[in-house]
Amino acid sequence: MTEREVVIIGGGPAGLSAAIEAAKRGAKVLVCDENKRPGGQLFKQIHKFFGSKAHNAGVRGIDIAKKLLKETQESGVEVWLDSPVYGIFKDHTLAVLHDGATEVIRAKKILISTGGGENALRFPGWTLPGVMGAGAAQTMVNVNRVLPGKRILMVGSGNVGVIVAYQLMQAGAQVVGIVEGMDHVGAYGVHAAKLRRAGVPFFLSHTIVRAEGEDKVERAVIGEFKDGKVVPGTEMGVDVDVICMAVGMHPMTELEWMAGVHQEFIPAMGGWMPMHDDNMETNLDGIYVAGDTAGVEEANTAMDEGRLVGTAIAESLGYLGKDEAQSAKDEIRKRLVALRQGPFGERRLKAKEAIMQKGAVR
Amino acid sequence: MELRVVNHPILGPAEDNGTVEITVDGKKLTAKKGEMIAAALLANGIRIHRYTAKRHEPRGIYCGIGQCTDCVMTVDGNPNVRTCITPVEDGMVIETQQGYGTGVETHD
Repeated sequence: MTEREVVIIGGGPAGLSAAIEAAKRGAKVLVCDENKRPGGQLFKQIHKFFGSKAHNAGVRGIDIAKKLLKETQESGVEVWLDSPVYGIFKDHTLAVLHDGATEVIRAKKILISTGGGENALRFPGWTLPGVMGAGAAQTMVNVNRVLPGKRILMVGSGNVGVIVAYQLMQAGAQVVGIVEGMDHVGAYGVHAAKLRRAGVPFFLSHTIVRAEGEDKVERAVIGEFKDGKVVPGTEMGVDVDVICMAVGMHPMTELEWMAGVHQEFIPAMGGWMPMHDDNMETNLDGIYVAGDTAGVEEANTAMDEGRLVGTAIAESLGYLGKDEAQSAKDEIRKRLVALRQGPFGERRLKAKEAIMQKGAVR
Repeated sequence: MELRVVNHPILGPAEDNGTVEITVDGKKLTAKKGEMIAAALLANGIRIHRYTAKRHEPRGIYCGIGQCTDCVMTVDGNPNVRTCITPVEDGMVIETQQGYGTGVETHD
């Protein structure tokens, strides 16, 4: 067993931001990531981010990732790649698969920043090759640079659905339509407008009925969706080779469950998630959460939550005085509130306030 | 239609790192050096990665980031290799996985 000061599980936007912040103040940080390169899902986000200048407005996700990686290197953070953390036990002990063998590590402070996962819709044919998460299609086209197919139907008109649909078009695929169960488009107008201008139809108040095909997707059947049911007689088929699902995400919280972190079901944040205080610390001393595992939001909130944890950890380890820590944390908290504005943000702001109240009770 | 994105409007032209040869179900195919197995298969028009143990249903790429294990195949004799996060290597032998890939094809 080896001893470590800080172990961060997951090197996406939240984990790397926390690592940089804590290391900058003097903490010795190890980041464990199961992938072959850190950066999480930022590398497939080739669109420009929204928000204020402090929040990388106008910068593409892929460029934010490159910057994070550079800062991580410069700050002296140790990064283990291809190293999934598969166990978390009492006394802050972790089991990590590293170089093909298990390493047992005891850490003074642990951050769980394992991100979120895509939700699925179950419909007849949903297991056929060609039905995939919108994130999978996005990884294929933007990271692997191979189109998942030629004719694509997108299910879900939220930001992920329309952004991925647009990126698939940019790369040369034909998007035959966007299916949306609600009677209005979920995404920001500016993203949806790009598809509308390109002539992509939005099938509002519609849902996917089934996927058809012998051993892979050949056709999608959609129909009008009313009161939670498909209206009989409204089904229509469309030839496609890919059906993408962009129907929301959920926090990935396996390690929190394993550790015994108190969790609750918070619909506004994507489902079951860990309760945490205003330092992102859970009911278990020294175990922190940040990013999508602490409620699904977006990369900018993940990075600021990470910075908050990095600062709080540096403070609790004595690398940062109380006053200095307070002003640094207040600044980050202010930025987080600023990010949680607007029609989508306010719901999350309210949810997070309630979570922090619950999380403050040990 | 070519599925490879050669000239991307945002990302620019693809890097050319050369090619490797892989064998998929006995057939020799060309892959780009360092790319993921799943990407190489997709570019070569292969979408079925395995058949399930109970109902022998086809499965392919689902999450693309190593989480769901739907895309596993038998690679160089090892079953259950996640093809979406495993890079190709020259001479790699890839097989459509049957069931659990243990040679016992049925599960009843």
